[in-house]
Amino acid sequence: MNERNERIHGVACTFRKVSDVFHAAEKVRDAGWKNWDVHTPFPIHGMDQAMGLPRSPVPRLTLLGGVTGFITGCLLTWYMNSYDYPLIVGGKPYWSVIFPFPVLYECTILFAAFGTFFGQFIFNRLPRHNHPLFDLPNFARVSDDTFMIVLEARDPRFHLDESRNFLQSLGGQEITVIRD
Amino acid sequence: MAHAHDSSSERPAILDKVRPAELPRSPLILNNRGFHWITDKVCTIVEEDTPLWWKVMFGVALFVASFTFIGLGYLVSTGTGTWGLRSPVGWGWAIVNFVFWVGIGHAGTLISAILCLLRQKWRTSINRAAEAMTIFAVCCAGLFPLFHVGRVWFGWWLFPLPNQNGIWPQFRSPLEWDVFAVSTYFTVSTLFWYMGMIPDLGTIRDRATTWWRKAFYSVLAMGWRGGNRQWSNFEMAYLLLAGLSTPLVLSVHTIVSFDFAVSNVPGWHTTIFPPYFVAGAIFSGFAMVLTLMLPLRAIYRLHDVINQYHVDNMCKIILATGTMVGYAYATEFFIAAYSGNSFEKFAFVNRAFGQYAWAYWIMVSCNVITPQLFWFRKVRENHSLVWIICLFVNVGMWFERFVITITSLANDYLPSSWGYYSPTIVDIFTFFGTFGFFSVLFLLFVRFLPLLPMAEVKMVAPQADPHAH
Repeated sequence: MNERNERIHGVACTFRKVSDVFHAAEKVRDAGWKNWDVHTPFPIHGMDQAMGLPRSPVPRLTLLGGVTGFITGCLLTWYMNSYDYPLIVGGKPYWSVIFPFPVLYECTILFAAFGTFFGQFIFNRLPRHNHPLFDLPNFARVSDDTFMIVLEARDPRFHLDESRNFLQSLGGQEITVIRD
Repeated sequence: MAHAHDSSSERPAILDKVRPAELPRSPLILNNRGFHWITDKVCTIVEEDTPLWWKVMFGVALFVASFTFIGLGYLVSTGTGTWGLRSPVGWGWAIVNFVFWVGIGHAGTLISAILCLLRQKWRTSINRAAEAMTIFAVCCAGLFPLFHVGRVWFGWWLFPLPNQNGIWPQFRSPLEWDVFAVSTYFTVSTLFWYMGMIPDLGTIRDRATTWWRKAFYSVLAMGWRGGNRQWSNFEMAYLLLAGLSTPLVLSVHTIVSFDFAVSNVPGWHTTIFPPYFVAGAIFSGFAMVLTLMLPLRAIYRLHDVINQYHVDNMCKIILATGTMVGYAYATEFFIAAYSGNSFEKFAFVNRAFGQYAWAYWIMVSCNVITPQLFWFRKVRENHSLVWIICLFVNVGMWFERFVITITSLANDYLPSSWGYYSPTIVDIFTFFGTFGFFSVLFLLFVRFLPLLPMAEVKMVAPQADPHAH
């Protein structure tokens, strides 16, 4: 197999301890890498800062969902009880924001939850079942008790041998090349 | 002392002589178990051959569940007269059972959402099972109002759709609010439960040895890779869903209580209902969590991850909410006396000393007196006793809803129309069967989905701290 003829996704290396992968991630961040990730079986406290990640954009879709939900609730109750088939109940106004408030409240929460749930999938680019990482034999342990740093080939800093040595210098254990 | 912290040189000399007392936190995971142990423990439940107890329990659960479906089938084919509903009691067991089951669900959301916001790390071990309990309890709850509408084939009238005359639902009705509250609650709880499960489904997928298992869990795991860029969004979404579920769970039982409180019936028309219902819901829900988790912990030997600290905390929450419920019972009486309203006064005296006094005193003894045993450490450490007390709490909370619903309707304003409600065998069978229906769903969950949130349990392990040595 000639490495040049195959597309390379990146280089991966494993770590056994949380503190090791945490400090290694800080060094990758400080070296200025952009396309890389740390795969862990559980979220490590402070890893976002150690990787230099910005704040997650999910809340934007939550807000969008919530506002949409509130407006939907307003339109729903207004259209049904005041516009399409006006109902006179106790001589009160056909529509106000007060009487259907529980409905508006629940619609707000429902749509905000949809925004959050689907936002997580959208920003995580999921579902995706064909990722090259799944072909790595030691990737299965990453959801158990192993930690893995992956440097991706699309990063301008990527150079196969140099990146491999860099990972070695970080104290990584098994270093493997991921092919597309 | 005020200037003691101005400069460190003025440190009191005594501090060099004494060693500050260490205040150890109770460990959440005993015996220093590692990450792999947690993975193995939880995945084995799914991966092992189906145990005999599971098959037996599943058979029994299916048999019991058939009672509900036979009962409902008989109801639909024969007519609503087969239930014990007649004037003046138009809301019988169906509504009692509905409120009972919805209330059970609330502990799951309290554990998964409110305790998450309060950073109660002990919640992680019981969170998944409690959320599953929520969803299945809401499934059981939903059956009752659906069939209580009478002609169930018109059940869609509950939804915001026009009927054949072009008339829409009326949004001033608390019953319509309830449709929105309960369906939103079910949907959001399911999303929250499923999303939290994705990383664990990924773990089971990665360990899968057979193709069908791999395919099944791959689809459910959505291609989760556990990259920190994914975790970052996941954690944010999880926190937001917790933040959304918290006002949601409080609103659901509030709106359920509006079904009663917005009416003019004495004993129902009170402002205390929303907080009182929510406290009662959490109370009964925690009792159900313990009822389910104590046997599971024993069967699967989960003593290292669900330890005495967890049981203690849950018992204390039951004690606290049980006491709140007792306080609410007393407040209701005080307000009735203080109101100067003779109907209101009668409603409460009638509850305690009228034709349903037996139900009232079952409620008080199960809900107010029994949980007081949890003041004693010896009781909290005796898990058989804890389990039995939890059963009493469940019984008591069912009777609370019975007392509220029935006593107020049976004896309201006009003595000439008073009556005595009793359920028929169809009512009893239908309710009895829901325990089987719930158990069927819960057993399937135990067998096929990760019972404990592995990722979250690992996260609270001491070795998960990146700054630990």
